[in-house]
Amino acid sequence: MTIVYERSKGLTEAKTHYCPGCTHGIIHKLVAESLVELGLLEKAIGVAPVGCSVLAYNYFNCDMHEAAHGRAPAVATGIKRVLPDNFVFTYQGDGDLASIGTAEVVQAAHRGEHISTIFVNNAIYGMTGGQMAPTTLIGQKTTTSPGGRTVEHSGRPIRISEMLATIDGARFVERVTVDTPGNIRKAKRAIMNCFKCQLEGRGFGIVEVLSTCPTNWGVHPTEALTWLRDNMIPYYPLGNFRNDQGQEEE
Amino acid sequence: MTKQLMKGNEAIGAAAIAAGCRYFFGYPITPQSELPEYMSRELPLAGGVFLQAESEIAAINMVYGAAGSGARVMTSSSSPGFALKQEGMSYIAGAELPALVVNVMRGGPGLGSIQPSQTDYYMVTRGGGNGDYRTIALAPASVQELVDMVILSFDLADKYRNPVVVCADGVLGQMMEPVEFPKRDKVELPAKDWAATGTGGKRKPNIINSLYLSPEILEEHNRHLKKKYETITENEVRFEEDGTEDADLVIAAFGTTSRMVKSAIEQLRADGYKIGLIRPITLWPFPFAPFKKLPDSVKGILTVEMNTGQMIDDVRIAVEGKMPVFHYGRYGGMIPVVEDIVEETKRVLEDLKR
Repeated sequence: MTIVYERSKGLTEAKTHYCPGCTHGIIHKLVAESLVELGLLEKAIGVAPVGCSVLAYNYFNCDMHEAAHGRAPAVATGIKRVLPDNFVFTYQGDGDLASIGTAEVVQAAHRGEHISTIFVNNAIYGMTGGQMAPTTLIGQKTTTSPGGRTVEHSGRPIRISEMLATIDGARFVERVTVDTPGNIRKAKRAIMNCFKCQLEGRGFGIVEVLSTCPTNWGVHPTEALTWLRDNMIPYYPLGNFRNDQGQEEE
Repeated sequence: MTKQLMKGNEAIGAAAIAAGCRYFFGYPITPQSELPEYMSRELPLAGGVFLQAESEIAAINMVYGAAGSGARVMTSSSSPGFALKQEGMSYIAGAELPALVVNVMRGGPGLGSIQPSQTDYYMVTRGGGNGDYRTIALAPASVQELVDMVILSFDLADKYRNPVVVCADGVLGQMMEPVEFPKRDKVELPAKDWAATGTGGKRKPNIINSLYLSPEILEEHNRHLKKKYETITENEVRFEEDGTEDADLVIAAFGTTSRMVKSAIEQLRADGYKIGLIRPITLWPFPFAPFKKLPDSVKGILTVEMNTGQMIDDVRIAVEGKMPVFHYGRYGGMIPVVEDIVEETKRVLEDLKR
């Protein structure tokens, strides 16, 4: 019998705790496959965040660090400065990266740290039960914006990729999603390119992945994908914002 | 070995490099900025890395990452910045990583002042971060002791896989004194086989972590940490004791303050007063034993601190209500002078007679 598909060696055999229909599982798989295909698994050190993917250290089959909320880019900086020949990545959600950890990610990008960040944006706090995030869309109802987010009260959602793309040290910035097989393939390509940015010593790289949270959005998994397409993509356009080649010049 | 004249903050850096520390993550704050400045010059020459972080919070988390990678690593700050590092120190203690944090204390609360102080005794000995954890805390009283204790602190951190704090103050950081760097005997330390350095395909993944979602497992982890702290308490208590055997009164002081206290005791003894000294060198674990073993001649204890009375709590715990404990302090960056300590001691002796 020919094996046509198997679990990536970049993932452990632990059962994940993610909710049905959540796209973290797909994104984990893409990260793990990219680590394996680029031959990085044995020298990879991942940094897990606080949030839904807090237990990512149980799922990626490589050395891992669990960071405090938002601090993953600082922890990754410490690791990479000690082990410059290793491959260092962070995996963070939007509460972690776009709220409490904005200073750390902006400054890691500003220094051009040779680390790679996977930023999973599902427009809500998942782990804590569906509170408003800086990425929550206008009108979106959450447990801390029960009447829907308003511009007057909370401003407009923050676009992290566009912001980071203005920083010279951020050499690779791309926003993708995983709502269709085609987009999953594009997301994988972006993650591979982001990882290559670190391998080639170009600087900081980030892939923002628009993701779903059926549980806290209160919708069926397939409706969640539709909601993502209809609401998130128009506000958070997909595409590459920066892919600088070569070493940064003085 | 010849002595050299060094400023306290720079001596900390030189001692750290001599101890094999090759990574420093810091953030500028008075009165310790000479230390990161020194490291930015000297660490690259020693093949190490100095990095100025965007904040004290980022710096301590860089230390967390570097320590988890198996490096000898340190950061430094002064009181308000040290406060910001407490979250990270709780994680480092929880994940059982070795690291040195230097606190060159200044006046508080809030932004306080930039002058010397000992107001972080509570934060250092009780832990400003969340959860049940302890950090070894060393309190040097001279630039030479800064050197010796910085070197010692790295070995203690590695031995116990625990963060260590060196508590200096603005006086020690800013003053110059002659120091020598002793030739070190080789210290046997446990291998860092727990470090996350990449599996190399040769072992299961190492995970640096302080999260235990199962309460049963976290309780087991807490039990393990408690046992470790008990071992540290058994092995690592350090203090200096002088003239307590015939004393009527004992003065307790640590760090810079103990120097003025020593001069005051010298004067008082010359005038016929029987005064002893207990100087805690480890603030945690605190030296309770010398207080418990004081002879019956001792009628009371006076603590002299550059704060409104913090170490006095530990002294009270030590004497278990068996004698009165007094406090004399200067606050806000003011430094007690010898004459005032002498006068205060005489006043306390009068009180004890009543």
